[in-house]
Formats: sequence, structure tokens, C-alpha cells
Amino acid sequence: MSKAISKSPWVVHFNCNSCNGCDIEFLACLTPTYDVERFGVLHVGNPKHADVLVVTGSVNLRNRHVLKNVYDQMPDPKVVVAMGICPATGGIFADCYNVVGGVGSVIPVDVHVPGCPPRPEAMMDGIIEAVGILEKKRKGEAVDPPLLPVKTVKGPEAPPVTPEMAAKIAAAKAAAEAKKAAEKEN
Amino acid sequence: MELLDKIGSYCLHTPWLYALLVLIAAPVAGALLTGIDRKLTARMQGRMGPPLLQPFYDTVKLFCKSPMVLHRPQLIYATLHLVFMMAALLLLAQGRDLLMVLFVQAFSVICLVLGGMSVRSPYSWIGSQRKIMQMLGVEPVFLLMIVALYLRDGSFLGSDLFAKGQPLLPSMPLLFLAFLCAVAIEFEKSPFDLASSHHAHQEIVKGVTLEYSGPFLGLIEIAHFYEIAFFFGLMMAFWHTNIIIGFLLASAGMTFMTILDNSFARLTPHWMLRFMWTVPLSMALANLIWLWVK
Repeated sequence: MSKAISKSPWVVHFNCNSCNGCDIEFLACLTPTYDVERFGVLHVGNPKHADVLVVTGSVNLRNRHVLKNVYDQMPDPKVVVAMGICPATGGIFADCYNVVGGVGSVIPVDVHVPGCPPRPEAMMDGIIEAVGILEKKRKGEAVDPPLLPVKTVKGPEAPPVTPEMAAKIAAAKAAAEAKKAAEKEN
Repeated sequence: MELLDKIGSYCLHTPWLYALLVLIAAPVAGALLTGIDRKLTARMQGRMGPPLLQPFYDTVKLFCKSPMVLHRPQLIYATLHLVFMMAALLLLAQGRDLLMVLFVQAFSVICLVLGGMSVRSPYSWIGSQRKIMQMLGVEPVFLLMIVALYLRDGSFLGSDLFAKGQPLLPSMPLLFLAFLCAVAIEFEKSPFDLASSHHAHQEIVKGVTLEYSGPFLGLIEIAHFYEIAFFFGLMMAFWHTNIIIGFLLASAGMTFMTILDNSFARLTPHWMLRFMWTVPLSMALANLIWLWVK
């Protein structure tokens, strides 16, 4: 029985104030390149048929009720996967006046997939991780709450500064200071 | 080998054992056919696809979920849908009156429609209305098929049909084509995929089965497996004299469904009704007139 539940996770996808980046990447998982259906994953549009709730984007004052409603409509056992950094902490939108924060402030989250957006591989990995938790929940075992991602996206290192560039930077700085001084005198 | 023959003939001539075998084998066959269909679809789209036994996992999983039901009638309608589908399959397998088989199968679909209408979700209502339109398109073709059988053999009984030594396909080729279109509607294949939008749940989310979840959705899934076995059996009946040719014919029919599903986009319910009442229906009528004149 538990084997069956881990072999057929049906996913409902809820866009909760996202910039659509994660949504596009998540839909890429369904394409022939990634083919998430080979794990038995079906992308359903109905929370009543779903086992896994995938949330993208941060939660705001308007949609927190909708998110709670969608979560409550799913029959047990169920898991929640937060795709991207926005549903983890609010991400780049965290300081907006209407943003409540991450998905964890409304419903219990089981897996965080960090990234902005995460790669489709990471998303599939997150769903497989969630399936393991689903199996545990079905057996009635305790599940640890996930840790919030600490570091998410690391950009490429800045290129080394050459002597010519250093001279240019120094000249620009001097010019800016001279301009400031001239403005003060006026 | 002799022992196997003996066991086989004992099973065939003991009504309750035969019924039990049919009731167990049919959903397994239906689920396997669904698995093959999903695998084939995936390969056509250049994907790897789910494992062959995926429909079994899906159904077992649905029974693992906690039951959530809106109200009691919904539950009764889902059960009746399954029970009438089982009854239709049994009546067909026992060679009873084909008109009766048709009516019981239609009543099973009606139960699904009633279940969809018993909730207040607008998507479920739209799905149910489309299911009724699908029945409007499908039932005349089935009825003409049975009338044609009567014209040929002078009997509505399935057992009389099986007793005749002539295969059906040479005398009713146009009716077979019309029947394939009707079966594509019953299987919710793509150009006619209206009532429950099978793939990715676009447009009306999940139509008739929208408000069902967990074990009750599982009941409907099993009923669908019975339905697949039912129509597979009917397709085999077009060449009932040789079981291998019959099987090949039905397999070709199923492959045709998959190709159809992958090469067409969904069309509107009105288009479906207009199509069904012109092309397949006139094909069926032409075949009928030919049989009558002959």
C-alpha cells in the first residue's frame, strides 16, 4: 500500500504571488527532456485528487486564505513542496507591504527547494524527497520539519581587476569627488 | 494440457465461477490496457513514460487516501456506476440480450452524470452536461449496431450471435468504423475528450469526477477499467469466430484510439454532436440499408 502511494504522487500546482519564473521551470519538468511522469507524477488541476501541493511565490494578505483553502481540500496523507526561495522566506518580495512571508506562515511545509528559480532537476529531486515523506506520513511515522535554505543562488566570481581597470576606477572616483567639491563651493 | 482443458470447460459451464472469473479478469485487463496506452502515448511524445503497472499503483493509492465525501448520494452514485458497469459486462459475457446490455451500460453512465449533477461545483455541472451530449452522440450508433445484428441473425441475443459461424466484420465494416468513433467518445479520447478533460486537467478541471476524491475516485477508476474491458470485448466480437484475429482486431482498435488521442486537439461539444450525427451515423445507416437490401 505504501509502495503504491510512493509510486503515484499526483501534484497540484498553486501559484501564490510568484513572478512565474518557477512556474515556467516547473512546467518544463513535464516536457520530454525531463519527463516527470516516469515517476508516476501526474499534474492535476484539482486539489481533491492531489497528494503533493507545489507552491511557488510568497504569500500575501489576499492569497493566504486561498492557499489554506487549497491545502484543506486535499485528502490525507499530503505533503507541501515550496518551490523557489519566495515560498521559503518571501524572497525578493519579503519587504513588500502586502507580503506575509513564506508559505510556512500559513501551512506546514515539508520540502524546500531553494533557487530563483530552481533548476527542473532540483524540482524533480524535491518531489521525490516529498514522496518519501508522503510514505512516512502514510505509515504514521514522525516527520521532521525542514530547515530553511541558508544560501540559495551563488553567482559567478567577479573577474580579477587589471592595472588599467584600477587606474580607470581611481580616475572615475577622483572625478566624482572633484565634482562634489565643485558643487559644494557653488 | 488435458487437465487445463478440463478446468477451462468446468469454469465455462459453471455460471458463478465464470462470472467471478470475468469480474476479476476484466479490471486487470482494463488497467493493463490503460498502462499500455499511457506508455505508447509517452513514446509517441518522445518521453519515457510511466511504468506499465502505473494504473494499478494509481488505483491502490486512491484507496489509501482518507475518504472525503460531500454528501451520501454522491457516494451511492459512484458505487452504482461501478455496479451497473459490472452488470453490463457480465450480461455481455453471458451472451444475454444485447439491447439489455446497452441499456445497463447507458444507465451506468447516467449514474456518473447524476453524481456530477448532485454537487454544486459549476465545473462538475458542465462536465455532466457534456457527458449527456456525448451519450446523445454515442447511443444511436450503438442502437443501429444492434439493429444491424438483428437484421443479420434475426436475434438480439448475444449467444445466438456467437453461435453463428460467420465473422461480423465483412458484413458490417462501416458500422465498425462508426463504432470506433463511439468508443473513442466513451474512452474520453482527445477530439472528444470533453466531459472530464483527461490530460493535464485543462478547461473544466476534471469535469464529472471533479468532486470525487480518494476511494470514491478509485471506484470510478475501476468502473473505467471495466468499461475498457467491455468495449475491448465488443471489438473482439466483430471477429468472434477466431479469438486470435479478434484480439488483433481489438488491439488495432486500441492503437487507433491512442493515435487519435495524440494527433487531435480537443474540439467543442457541439462539433462532436454534429460530427457524430453526420459521419458515423450515416455510415452506420448505409451499412444497415446494405444489410437490409442484401
